[in-house]
Amino acid sequence: MPKLNELTAKETVEKIHKKEATAEECVLSVFERIHRLDDKVHAFVTLAEEEALRKAREIDEKVSKGKPLGRLAGVPVAVKDNICTKEIRTTCSSRMLEFFVPPYDADVIEKIKMEDAVIVGKTNMDEFAMGSSTETSYFGTTHNPWDLSRVPGGSSGGSAAAIVVDESILAFGSDTGGSIRCPASYCSVVGIKPTYGLVSRYGLIAYANSLEQIGPMARNVYDCALFLSVIAGYDPKDSTSVKIEPKDYTKFLRNDVTGFKIGLPTEFFGEGTSESIKKQVWRAIHKLEELGASCEETSLPTLEYALATYYIVAMSEASSNLARYDGLRYGYRIDRDDADWSTVYSKNRQTGFGAEVRRRIILGTYALSAGYYDKYYLKALKIRTLIRKDFEQAFKKFDVLIGPTMPIPPFKIGEKIQDPLALYMCDVDTVSANLAGLPAISIPCGFADDLPIGMQILAPPLREDLLLQVSYAFEQNTTYKDRKPSLK
Amino acid sequence: MGSAIQNRILIGLEIHTQLTSLKTKLFCSCSSDYRGKDPNMLVCPVCFGIPGALPVLNKKAVEFAVMAAIALNCKISKRMFFFRKNYYYPDMPKNFQISQYDRAGGVPLAVDGFLHIDVKRKRKKIRISRVHLEEDPGRLVHLGPIDQSPYTLVDYNRAGIALLEVVTDPDLNSPKEARIFLQKLRSILEHLEIFDGGLEGAMRCDANISIAGGTRVEVKNISSFKEVERALSFEIMRQKDLVEKGLAVERETRHWDETRRITLTLRTKEEEHDYRYFPELDLVPIVITNDFIEGVKDQMPELPEARIQRFITTYNIPQYNAEVLVSDKALADFFERCVKLYNKPKEIGNWMMSDLLRYLYENNLELPESKITPEHLVEMIRLIDDGVISGKIGKKVLPEIILTGRLPMQIIEEEGLVKVTSRETLEKIVDRVFAENPKAVEDALTDEKTVHFLVGQLMKETKGKADPQLANQIIRERLEIIKAKGRP
Ligand SMILES: [Zn+2]
Repeated sequence: MPKLNELTAKETVEKIHKKEATAEECVLSVFERIHRLDDKVHAFVTLAEEEALRKAREIDEKVSKGKPLGRLAGVPVAVKDNICTKEIRTTCSSRMLEFFVPPYDADVIEKIKMEDAVIVGKTNMDEFAMGSSTETSYFGTTHNPWDLSRVPGGSSGGSAAAIVVDESILAFGSDTGGSIRCPASYCSVVGIKPTYGLVSRYGLIAYANSLEQIGPMARNVYDCALFLSVIAGYDPKDSTSVKIEPKDYTKFLRNDVTGFKIGLPTEFFGEGTSESIKKQVWRAIHKLEELGASCEETSLPTLEYALATYYIVAMSEASSNLARYDGLRYGYRIDRDDADWSTVYSKNRQTGFGAEVRRRIILGTYALSAGYYDKYYLKALKIRTLIRKDFEQAFKKFDVLIGPTMPIPPFKIGEKIQDPLALYMCDVDTVSANLAGLPAISIPCGFADDLPIGMQILAPPLREDLLLQVSYAFEQNTTYKDRKPSLK
Repeated sequence: MGSAIQNRILIGLEIHTQLTSLKTKLFCSCSSDYRGKDPNMLVCPVCFGIPGALPVLNKKAVEFAVMAAIALNCKISKRMFFFRKNYYYPDMPKNFQISQYDRAGGVPLAVDGFLHIDVKRKRKKIRISRVHLEEDPGRLVHLGPIDQSPYTLVDYNRAGIALLEVVTDPDLNSPKEARIFLQKLRSILEHLEIFDGGLEGAMRCDANISIAGGTRVEVKNISSFKEVERALSFEIMRQKDLVEKGLAVERETRHWDETRRITLTLRTKEEEHDYRYFPELDLVPIVITNDFIEGVKDQMPELPEARIQRFITTYNIPQYNAEVLVSDKALADFFERCVKLYNKPKEIGNWMMSDLLRYLYENNLELPESKITPEHLVEMIRLIDDGVISGKIGKKVLPEIILTGRLPMQIIEEEGLVKVTSRETLEKIVDRVFAENPKAVEDALTDEKTVHFLVGQLMKETKGKADPQLANQIIRERLEIIKAKGRP
C-alpha cells in the first residue's frame, strides 16, 4: 500500500470521495514527508502548514455533510514562489521580496481553491525565475533528489523536486524560457508550458511578460492534464488571455498514436547535445514509431537564432518589469532616511537583487537604450516573427515536434554558476516554444548514469490535446514514471 | 532691438488633461474621484504596482479619446498600441508609465490634427501632431517650494487616472496665443462632456519655447491655463535677457515655480532621460473600426463652433459676445439657462459680458467658483425691468450676489436699495441739492451739458436709489421754473 503522499492526484480525489482517507490525513502525510526530507532537498521556501490543515478540515467537513467537492478535492499543491498567494509570503526567492505578503491571490490560485486543492507551501526557484539551476535563489539552492550534489534544473526547481520526492502531489511552475520543462526533465516529472494566453498570468510576478506562462507539474500525464483543466481558461484580468471555453484535458488521454506525424528538428539534436541524451531520446522516438507514429527528421533553420533572440527579449522586458522594486512601497529597504530618493533606490536595488538579476537588468536596459534599440530589441522581434513562421510551416507537415528537453544531463551544483554563458546554453532547446507562444511538454524518457532524461514535445497553439495524447501513449507503454529517487 | 524675425517666438504645447468624466482609472477599476480623499486609499494591486498585477484597458477612455481626436480634426489610427515609458521617479508606482509613442514602431491613438484660434480677429491654424492616452502618475506633496522641502510625500490616489495628451507643433507665437489655444481646447473638451476644467490639476501643460530660432527649452509643471501666460512670459524674458547679454540659452528642461513665478533648471541636456520606450505587451493592440468612429460621431454633443453660430442666429447676439460666452462652456450653459428662464438674450448677454465677467476676471474667479446662479441674474434683470431697482443698483448688488449667493430681492430689501420713485421725496431732495450747489445751478441754466452734475449729486444723496428718469425730469422742471422766474 502506497502512503497517501505517494498517491496520484486522481487517486487522492477518489479516496476522499469514497471516504477511504480524509483530506487532513493526505495533508499530514505530505508534511510528514517534508519535515523528514526537505532539509536535504530544500524544495520549499515557505510552508503553509496551518492554512493547509485548516483547508483540509474544511474539505473533510464538506465530505461529511455530503456537499459537492471540487475536482482537486484534498490534493496537496506546491506553488512556485513567483505566484501570488494572499496572506502567504511570496518571495520570488529574492532578498528583495523576502517579507512580501501579497494582498491578493493569483487567478490560478483562485481557480485551484475553487476546486478544493490544498496549498502546502511555496517552492524555491531561481531568483525572479532567472536561471536554469535554482542556484540563484537568495535562500540557497535546491538539490536534485536523484543526486543531491547536482542541480534540480530551474527555475521551477523546487516544484519539480517537491513532487518527485512526494513532498507534494501537484506543483505549479512557470516557464519563461524552459523553467517548467528543464526541472521536469532533470527531476523526472511531467511539466507543461501551455500556449501563451491559455493560463492567466494575473498574479504571476513578471520576469519576461511576453514569454511566460504558468503551467502544471505532476508525476504523471493524467495528473498534469487534470491540473491543466483546472487552471486553463479565459481571465478578464489578463488582457492577453485567450477567449476559449474551458476543456477537460483528461478526455484527450488515449493510448494511441497511430497515424501521428512526428517531426524531429535536427536543430534540437545539435552539437552541444550529449550523446547519452541523444541515444535515449532516439530510443523514445523508436518506441513511438513502434506504437504507430511516423517520425521524420526536419529542419527549422531560424532556431539557430532562438537563444540569442530569447535573451534579448527576456532581458529587455525584465529591465522594465523589475523597475518597480525600489523599496518605497514594498520590498527590501535599506535603513537610510538621510539620503535622497535616487540614492535610496540604487542602494535598495543593489542590495536587494542578486548578481544574476542585476546582470539581466543591466543587459536589458542596454538593449532598449537609444541607439541600440533597433540593433537589438527590434531585430530580436523580427527574428521572433520568423521563428513563429518556421513553426507554422513545420506544423503544416507534422502534428507534433519532438527533441530532447535539455542538451546536457543535470550538472553539479556550482559547476556552471560562474559561467553565465554556459548556463544560458542549457536553454537552447526550450526557448523557441516561448518565443513562438507554443505549448510544450517535458516527459521522462529514461536515464543515463542514473540521472533522468526528459523528452520535449511541441504542438501548434492551443493543441495541448496533441501533447497530452502522445505523452500519455508513451507513458502507458514505458515504466520511467515508476522509478523513484532512493532518498529516504 | 532686433528685427521681427529675430524676435520670433516659437511655442509648442504638450497638454495633459484628465478625462474627468470617467468613473474609474485607465487600467483598473479604482474610483477616479480622488480629490479631497485621504491619501493612498483609492489604490489596488494594479495602480499601486503590486507584483503580478496586470492592466486592463478602460474601454470608455478610448471612446472619449476618439471623441476628442475627432473634434481636433485628427487622423485616427486603425490599430494602436500602448508603450512603456521607462524612468524612475517616486510618483511612478511601476517606475514606468503606460503611454503611447509615435516612434520605434509605436502607433498613438491619433495624429495630424489642427485647431483654429482667433487672434486679433484673424484665424490661425495650430497643428496638432498627436493625441494619445496615458496614465497619470501619483501626486508628490512638498513642504514649500520643491527645492527647499525637507521631504516629499507621495499619494498614489491619482496614479492611473486617464490622461489625454495633446501635442501641438510649435505654431504658437506668443504666451497669449498659448492661453487662447488652451482655452479653446478646454472649451471643446468640456463641450464633449469628457472633461471638467474647473477641477484642480485636471489640465496641466508643458511647453517648448525658443526665440529667434535658437535653442529650445522645455518648461514643465504649468498647472493651468491661467498660469501658462505667466510662465511663458517669464521664460521668454529670461531667454531674451540671456541673448542680449551675449550668453547662450542652454538646452534644458525647466520647472515653473508657481509661488515664486520663475522657472528653475530641472535637468540639463546631459541629464535628459532615455525613456527606453518599448511595447507594453500586457495589453493587446486596440483596433478602432470605422463603425466605432461613426458610432462615436453620432453621439457627439454640439461643439463650440456650432454653438457660436447657433447663439448668433437663435439669440441674435453679436458674434463677439457669442465667442466669449462659448469660450467657456460654463458661461455658455449659464447664458442658455438664463434665457430659458427669461427670454431676453440681449440683456442677459450684456450683463454677463460686462459686469459678471469683469468681476470674475478681476477677482481671478471661474464662474462655477462663484455663488451666482441663472436664477439670481434673471431675478435681478427682472427687478430692473419692473422698475423696482435702477440699473445702477443692479451693478451694485451683483458682486454681493456673486460672493454670497443671496437672492437679489433679499439684498435689496435688507440694504434698503429699492428705487425711490416718490415724486414728493425726490422733490425735497432736489430742493436741498439746489440749495447746496448754487454755482452748479447757475451753470446748468446756461450750459445744458452741466445738468448731469446735479443729477449726480442727487444720486449721491439717495445712494443711487433715485429713479434716474424721474430725477432727471424733476431737475429739468426746476431749472425751467427758475428760468421762467428770471435769475434769482
Ligand atoms: Zn487601481
